[in-house]
Amino acid sequence: MRIAVCVKQVPDSWAEKKMNGQVLDRAGVDAVLNDLDEYAIEQALQIVEANSPTKEAGPESGHTITLISMGPDRASEAIRKGLSMGADEAIHVVDDGLAGSDALATSLVLANVIKSGNFDLVFCGTESTDARMSVVPAMLAQRLGWAQLTFAASVAVDVGLSEVKIARATEVGIENMSAKFPAVISVNEKINEPRYPSFKGIMAAKKKSIQAKSLSDLGITPSEVGGKAAWSNVKDALLRPARGAGIKVEDSGDGGIKLVDFLAEKRVI
Amino acid sequence: MKSVLILVDGANGQVAKSTGELATFAKRIGEVIAVVFDPSLVAGLGVYAIDKVVVVGGFDATKFSPAPIAESLAQLITTKSASAVLITSSARGKEIAGRLAVISGSGIITDAIDVDADLITTQSVFGGSTSVHANVSHGTAIITLRSNAVEVIAASATPTQEDFTPTISDMAKLATVTSSQPAVKGGRPELTEASIVVSGGRGTNGDFKPVEAFADSLGAAVGASRAATDAGWYPHTHQVGQTGKTVSPQLYVACGISGAIQHRAGMQTSKLIVAINKDPEAPIFELADYGVVGDLFNVLPAATAAIAAKK
Repeated sequence: MRIAVCVKQVPDSWAEKKMNGQVLDRAGVDAVLNDLDEYAIEQALQIVEANSPTKEAGPESGHTITLISMGPDRASEAIRKGLSMGADEAIHVVDDGLAGSDALATSLVLANVIKSGNFDLVFCGTESTDARMSVVPAMLAQRLGWAQLTFAASVAVDVGLSEVKIARATEVGIENMSAKFPAVISVNEKINEPRYPSFKGIMAAKKKSIQAKSLSDLGITPSEVGGKAAWSNVKDALLRPARGAGIKVEDSGDGGIKLVDFLAEKRVI
Repeated sequence: MKSVLILVDGANGQVAKSTGELATFAKRIGEVIAVVFDPSLVAGLGVYAIDKVVVVGGFDATKFSPAPIAESLAQLITTKSASAVLITSSARGKEIAGRLAVISGSGIITDAIDVDADLITTQSVFGGSTSVHANVSHGTAIITLRSNAVEVIAASATPTQEDFTPTISDMAKLATVTSSQPAVKGGRPELTEASIVVSGGRGTNGDFKPVEAFADSLGAAVGASRAATDAGWYPHTHQVGQTGKTVSPQLYVACGISGAIQHRAGMQTSKLIVAINKDPEAPIFELADYGVVGDLFNVLPAATAAIAAKK
């Protein structure tokens, strides 16, 4: 099997974020591997381990896990983390022309990388913690013309039958879905417990290949991607007036009653 | 006049309230065309501001998750010359919107809390600290809107009804639903749709009983901070915050939650915020309209009793 995992470097979700003009200020905050992408990597690793003669991922498993990322130079730190978890190799699309790309452009770039890689399965996290649109996996499936198996809370792969089954968990409940390879799968945070990179993994990752690709390598013209090509425009981004602190009372036995009186006064009860 | 497609949501004859909200937004823009894939929902559409109902048939929409819905909507954009498609910001809704944007060559905006007559959207980002105004500049405006963002307006006339049979590609049928279990509806409202949410955090020490009792006295949904869900005290599906759900209820009650940015990102746009915390310095008090410095195990039972006494 050839498995791709799409990963993204995002601002730390615990950090305070702000806008720099029309776009998210990414320079001023710590950048990390997107939380949910770790679950996607873990899932790919578990599938390879289950189907490996040595019960381990890596060259002897007969399967490959390739990380695919689009982002500036510094995104290589996030990619390296994924490699240290156990992925085999990575493709990093890095090009100045990509700055400000929207989800449509991102899915176009990722789809072009995937098309050239002869993959069976593509794993993604259900969303990135920065944009939180959770549309890229669906867009990818549409662009590739592959089966879409998204919001997976569990995944079962039958390599012999080239078949994958998931339990799709959304607001409406659970839908058990199945499809033949190739498929795009997105996973949620209930699916597994991502491993911490081991010391051995971290050392091994230093030697793994991160192949850089530019837009021209992918046959994409700069007019198709980046901020200028975006099909939605931010007109303005305004800081809302901070919420002022309201009334604060000390509970001396009557806190609960005072609270209910306040709610009654505001007519919410 | 502009035409706007809205995607009807609901199940078992019950139209989701969010559909009425989409109709309300769409009415500002032009003629409201409700697209429905489940015929059992048609009867429930009469109460909303809908001009036309299109019932899509010819395939089993429940058998193939998002793809055929997106293809059908793309075909309706053309036949109805629609200027915009409004869809509820659910997991499924956003995926349909994403695929639709690719198929129809259109820009997409997700998680808007408002859209005006000129199709300019408002999004609330970074935990409500920043308002972004945006528009779609190419193709048909594909916009997903969060629930609870607008007061639903009522119907002015009975909508006309027509049937539509789309052409569904083989590609859209690659992934099939083999079985399904609808979400178990507890006695409490759905977190993202509830008008009151009561959440518990680290301060509960794993005991959510007082939080649940207070929530039930208000008919509220129960939420939890990441600290509480990570500790296994409450299911992850109830997590409010950056990596959980975003809620915007009329009233949000944070119990034993310190108010880290992670949590604030999921609840900061609530209309009224109340906090109960032992630590007078907890950052949650900075955004609370009303704060009680005290032990939630004392304050909540007293409040629950006070509510009961008012009934």
